[in-house]
Amino acid sequence: MNPEVIKVMSIAFIMGVGTIAPALAIGWMGSKGVDAMGRNPEAAPKIQTAMILSIAFAEAIAIYALVVSLVLKFVE
Amino acid sequence: MIVLFMTEISIKAEELFHIGAFSVTNSLVLAVITLLTLLIVAVVLHKKIALVPGKLQSVFELLIEQLLGVMDSVFGNRHASEKYFPLIATVFLFIMISNWFGLLPIVGALGLHTVHDGHEVFVPLLRAPAADLNFTIALAIISVFAVQFFGILAIGFFKHFSKYFTLKNPIFTFVGLLEFVAEFVKIISFSFRLFGNVFAGEVLLIIIGFLVPYGVPLPFLFLEVFVGFIQAFIFAMLTMVFVAMAVNEESAH
Repeated sequence: MNPEVIKVMSIAFIMGVGTIAPALAIGWMGSKGVDAMGRNPEAAPKIQTAMILSIAFAEAIAIYALVVSLVLKFVE
Repeated sequence: MIVLFMTEISIKAEELFHIGAFSVTNSLVLAVITLLTLLIVAVVLHKKIALVPGKLQSVFELLIEQLLGVMDSVFGNRHASEKYFPLIATVFLFIMISNWFGLLPIVGALGLHTVHDGHEVFVPLLRAPAADLNFTIALAIISVFAVQFFGILAIGFFKHFSKYFTLKNPIFTFVGLLEFVAEFVKIISFSFRLFGNVFAGEVLLIIIGFLVPYGVPLPFLFLEVFVGFIQAFIFAMLTMVFVAMAVNEESAH
């Protein structure tokens, strides 16, 4: 296998595998957040703030994978 | 035979000219334009400030109320919110307006054909500022250092650093060192989150615009408007949460 082929395949592979865990994490956090808001509607603003913050952290992991694949694609 | 040509996507912001050894990139130009816009709006509002607000003043009053409300829920009291409001609001407004300016049709499209390293490239005159890693790293460094600075100002130099370097308990020593390293990792995390979101949005818009130029880019543009707002909000909120943690007297968990 020559390096060009491996490079192109790894660009797609990184994105495919690297976004599985963040997607699961975000879905899980969203569901727990909505559960909590349903149980205690008064605390909704606090829960919402904490939920958005945690989702941002989880999404950052997916963004790291994206940046690696972008660098592989666009930098010689 | 149909030949299709897509504009070049470069991860580095293209340099337009130098001032001495400092290279001025196209994203720096748009960042300065954003800065001038915000300055002009601020000066105009200041001159026309009225007890009964007009439309522009109402928008900004709404923004200030909402932001102070969110900060209240983290800091606990209005006094602390107002103390740290300038940093948080500046970071939020600057990033949001610069992201939105990066979506204007002229950005990325208006440019020059120059010869670079022997072959001809198209250099756009304007580029979304956050799509340049220098911009995001600079903002991240400012945020992280401001958090440290506010921590020292609020609880004193030794108390602040005793959160990281403590000899009370071997576990706390280790955790403190990890937290110290984590501060540097925060710089990378902040900058790559913003850069990744905005640059990926730009690439997405270029590719969709290349594939189907009419109609289809519309939902993606809406997505980018939303992402621009959310990323600015997240950057500001994370800075605020870190300031709140640094200013708090609590020691290691």
